[in-house]
Order: sequence, then structure tokens, then C-alpha cells
Amino acid sequence: MRKKNKISAEEKYYIASQWQLMWRKFKKHKLAMLGGSILAIFYILAIFCEFFSPYDIYKRYPDYIYAPPQRIHFFDEEGDFHLRPFVYGIKQETDPVTWVTKYSEDEANKYPIYFFVHGDEYKLWNLFPTDIHLFGVEKSGTIFLFGTEDMGRDLFSRNLYAARISLSIGLIGVALTFIIGVILGGISGYYGGAADMIIQRVIEFLISIPVIPLWMALAAALPKDWPMIKVYFGIIIILSLIGWGGLARVVRGKFLQLREEDFCMAAKMAGAGETRIITRHLLPSFLSYLIVNLTLAIPGMILGETALSFLGLGLRPPAVSWGVLLYKAQNIRTVVLYPWIFFPALFVIITVLTFNFLGDGLRDAADPYK
Amino acid sequence: MLYYVMRRFVYMLILLWVLSIVSFIIIQLPPGDFLSSYVIRLARSGQLVDKAQLLSLRKRYGLDLPIYVQYFKWIWNILHGNLGMSFMYNVPVTKLVGERLAFTVTISIFTLIFTYVVAIPIGIYSATHQYSVGDNAFTTIGFIGLATPNFLLALVLMFLFFKCFGLSIGGLFSPEYIWAPWSIGKIIDMLKHFPIPIIVIGTAGTAGLIRVMRGCLLDELQKQYVITARAKGVGERTLLFKYPVRIAVNPIISTIGWMLPLIVSGETITAIVLSLPTTGPLLFDALKSQDMFLAASIVMILGFLTVTGTFLSDILLAWMDPRIRYERQGR
Repeated sequence: MRKKNKISAEEKYYIASQWQLMWRKFKKHKLAMLGGSILAIFYILAIFCEFFSPYDIYKRYPDYIYAPPQRIHFFDEEGDFHLRPFVYGIKQETDPVTWVTKYSEDEANKYPIYFFVHGDEYKLWNLFPTDIHLFGVEKSGTIFLFGTEDMGRDLFSRNLYAARISLSIGLIGVALTFIIGVILGGISGYYGGAADMIIQRVIEFLISIPVIPLWMALAAALPKDWPMIKVYFGIIIILSLIGWGGLARVVRGKFLQLREEDFCMAAKMAGAGETRIITRHLLPSFLSYLIVNLTLAIPGMILGETALSFLGLGLRPPAVSWGVLLYKAQNIRTVVLYPWIFFPALFVIITVLTFNFLGDGLRDAADPYK
Repeated sequence: MLYYVMRRFVYMLILLWVLSIVSFIIIQLPPGDFLSSYVIRLARSGQLVDKAQLLSLRKRYGLDLPIYVQYFKWIWNILHGNLGMSFMYNVPVTKLVGERLAFTVTISIFTLIFTYVVAIPIGIYSATHQYSVGDNAFTTIGFIGLATPNFLLALVLMFLFFKCFGLSIGGLFSPEYIWAPWSIGKIIDMLKHFPIPIIVIGTAGTAGLIRVMRGCLLDELQKQYVITARAKGVGERTLLFKYPVRIAVNPIISTIGWMLPLIVSGETITAIVLSLPTTGPLLFDALKSQDMFLAASIVMILGFLTVTGTFLSDILLAWMDPRIRYERQGR
């Protein structure tokens, strides 16, 4: 027991497993760590979006159409500090000439923010009925951190729910891509011959044509009367069916390279079957490489869905994704008047950016030659 | 060389054949055939269609034939330059697509040039001034450029222009030139409208190329021959441009193959946001009104463009760089 404690740092390095070494390298990549943490926060927000969002996303506040974001204050108008943050009420005036409704902070009404409050009822993951929200204000006040949209619905809550759909499309899409890519790339690389020839041509085709027009055409062909969940999976299938080419090419290349290696021959000599060679020897040896590729493929999926929904060809309301929310930002005059409807764009950009950072860090960590 | 060209040509033909099948699938995808939706539209506007007329229409369009016969008929027509009729506009597809396609091609080529002209110098600068303020700035901009999808970039630019100058920047022509016949003035006006779409479409590709160029050049600069040359007293400028840059540019040139689909793809969605008179908005309208002949034709033409473009660039590359010729032969 005592001996075990005395392992020096150097010795630890030599007995560390492949994954431990990678984690060690990854930790040194500051941007990747930052990206990973931001993504972790985003995914937690998305998973528990019902809890984190203060309002029901379909609840309308007809008195607050296009209300601007409310700011959280710690200091009141006299400069006194409050430990419990608060928001001011919203005052609205209608301009007598242009008839534009103007909102301003109503300093007479202060609404302290409470945590774990009872609010709109919901079912967490459609399973557990409750009405506890992370934060909120008294029923008489409102807290619209990102403002409201044209029907007076809270945009902060809608953005969180949208995160759930947009972020999950990335993961499920990539999982599907992974399955198709590994199977077809594996067949192509391991068996070669006619199958390889056909699969290679299909991959070449998928890589050499512009994807967005094809996405658009396929998405537009989804029947209009499909329920939300079917369209959701339809979009995912479209994105993966077109996106597996790159991954399959990587898998094929690796299979071609590795099946000639000695350890593969040794396994064959020892009488291992093909399935065993592929799953126990070949796949693990380039799994880290695959994970990097997958991480870098996720943002493409998210962007694909966003672009399609933004054009009105992907998900449609009442579903909420970042693209669906951005659909309303198509009219530039609306954006100029109510810039806060552009918040989903910020989320999309940050998500894509952080996935790229994470992928970069993983690539450096997984590369044994650097 | 001839062997390589022939092989690539056969591959291109196979790709085009796959492309035609995919386009045909797009035509067939929507539930029901286009005649039934045509009938619904007629019925909506109060016209009645009797069964005999429907049958004769069905026969005329060959919808009663098995699907593979329909495919061959369709392909046969395309090979004779007949892309079918657009149901939305009731004119031949070729007529609709013609001018718009010219704009698409022009913008794509300009974007391609823009990408290389901007990316290569910045890549060289970043590599020679690694970790300087300029390098870090370009890296940051590059990352954001990569992460911002072009339709969002288009929106942001439109927003800024509208907010700061009160201008709306969509379209390719000023209002007085839209319907005017072609003249020097119209061309100049069009060129004035080019920068925004080109920047929007080109940013992502440029950002990617800067990364590649920087990485390749950094690798080259560490090599022995550079040190040798420096030790012999070769001037820094000559040293840089004579060998390392020329080697580092090579992988960049070979990226035309994936730059082209990227640009055409980005052009489609950017054109919709900026309402450019190219194939993008036409495709969008066609899809919204389920005009599948038009939509499939556009998808096919755009695919045809990138596939042939890639083929030409591959040939060009093989002609310029013997290494590629041999390497690909071996594979």
C-alpha cells in the first residue's frame, strides 16, 4: 500500500493509459477547456430547460409585445446595493405621432428575483409534473431577460427550449452519421473490391456537390402535415444521409492502413473472427481519431438545421429551435427595431465556435506524434 | 497523363449519373405526382377536370409508365437540352434558369478569386509573424468567420448597413438598372453591388484557407533547407517566396475541389437572404410551391457545375504538379 503512494510523476506518465494521456494533453489546451466548459453549461441548460426558463414558452403576454430585455440590477436608483438582485417593472407609452409602443424601465416598481419559485406548471422531460423554476419574480411583475417577440412570449425561455432541439439535433445527427459512416466506410476499407468501388463513388458524389440546395430540396419534400417529432427526425435523417461521406472516407483510409499492420495479422493467426478483429482490434485503434472527426461534424449539423428552419423549410412552429426563432429575423426592419430577436444567432455562433475549439483540442490531444 | 485524364473523366460521368438519379428522386419525392397537385390547384380556382382529360394528360406526361421508363424519358429529354416545364411559371425551365445561372457562376468565380487573393497573403503574414498581434487578430477573426454561417453574416451586415447608413443592401442592381438593357453603366453598377455577397459567401472559405496556409507554411519554415539557405545568406524575402511559399500553396490549390461546392452552397442561401437574382431564390420559390421539375433541375445544374469544375481543376492540378499525377495513379 505504501509503495503505491510513492509512484513519482514520471512513473505515472509511463503507466497512464492512452485515455489518461489524452486527457492530460487536453487539459493543457486552454481554449478547448473553455469551449468544453461552455458547451457543458449549454447542454445542462438544454437538458433542464423547463427548470431554467422562468415561463412557459407558449404563454402569451399580450400587454408586452416586443418588450425589450429587462436588465438585472444590484443597485437601485439611489445607488444603494441590494444583495438580492431585482428588475424594474416595464412602463409603456405610445408615441402620439408614430403610434409606436415604447417601453422603459419603471423605477417605481421593483421586483426582487427569487430562486426556486413556483411558476407555470410543466412536466420535466414529459414525466415529472412540477412548477418549480430556477428563478422568477412575483406574479404581478415580469422578468424577460431576452425581451419578448411579436406574440408577447418570453424569448429567454424560448431560447432555452430551442437550445434543447438545436443541440440535440447535432448529437443525434452525428450518432446516425457515425453508424452509417463506420459501417459503409468499414465495408469499403476492409473488404475492398466492388463494394469499395461503389461506396467510393457515392462518397465522392456526396463530397463534390453543394449540400445546401440538396438539403433544401429534400427538406421541402417532407410532408407538410407531419407532426413535429416526425419532421425533427426527418431533418436529422436528411442531414446524416448527406453528411456521412467525410467520416466514411476517414474510416476507410484507416482500415486500409491498419489491416496490413502486424497486430491485425497476429489476431488473424490466433484465429480471431472478422467481427472480433474489427470491433476489438481495428475500431479501438482509431476511435480517438473518429471522436475528433465527430466533434468537428456536430456544428455542421446544427448549422444545417438552423439554415433550413431559418428558411422555413425545416422545423416549423410550434416547434422551437434557434433556426425557427431566427425565421422572424428575416425581415431586416424588424431586426433594426427589435435587435433582441437576434439572440439565437449569438447562441448558434458561440456553439459552433466552442465545438471547433473543443475539436481542435481533442485533435491535438489524440495525435500521438505531437 | 492521358490515362489519368481518362480515368477522372469516367469518374465524372459516374458522378453525373448518380446526380441525375438523385435529381429524379427529388422530382418523385413529394406525395402524389405533380398532376394531382395540379388538379387540386385547378379545383381550388373553381375549374373542374374530368376523368378523360386527366387520363390524357397523364398519358401525355408519361405518368402511366413504370418509373424507370419515366426516368429514361426524362434523361433523354435532358440530353437534348429540354429540362421540362416549370409549373409555377408555365415556361421551359431552361428559359428561367439561363440568366440567373450566369449570375451564379460569375459570383462564384469572383468569390473563388477573392478567397485566394485574401487568404494566401494573410496566411503568409500569419506564419511569418506567428503569435504577433496581427496573427492573433487574424486567427480570432478567422475562427469567428468559420463559426458564423453565411446567412447570419448576411443578416448582420444588412443590419449594420441599415442601422448606420440607412441603406438596404440586397440585390445586384440599383433600382434604375434592374430592367435596363445591358450597358457599361449596368455592369459598373453590378460590380458595385458585388463586394457584399462576395464577402458574405467567401468568409468561411477564406478563414479555412488561412488556417491551412498558415499551418503548411509553418511546417515548411522549420525545415532544414530554409535554415541552410538562411545560413548561406539568402535574403529573407527571396528565401520566403522562392521555396516555402510555393510548396505551401500547393495543398491550397488542391482545395478547389471542396471550395467550389462550398461556395455554390453558400451562394444559394446568401442569395436568398440578400435577394440576389441568382439560382438560389428561384430554387427556394420552386421548393415552396412544390414546383419539383424546376427545383430538381436547379439542384442538378448546380451539382453539374461543381462536378465539372472539380474535374477541370483536378486536370489542371495534375498538369501543373507531376506528383499528384503519380500519386493518384498508384492509388
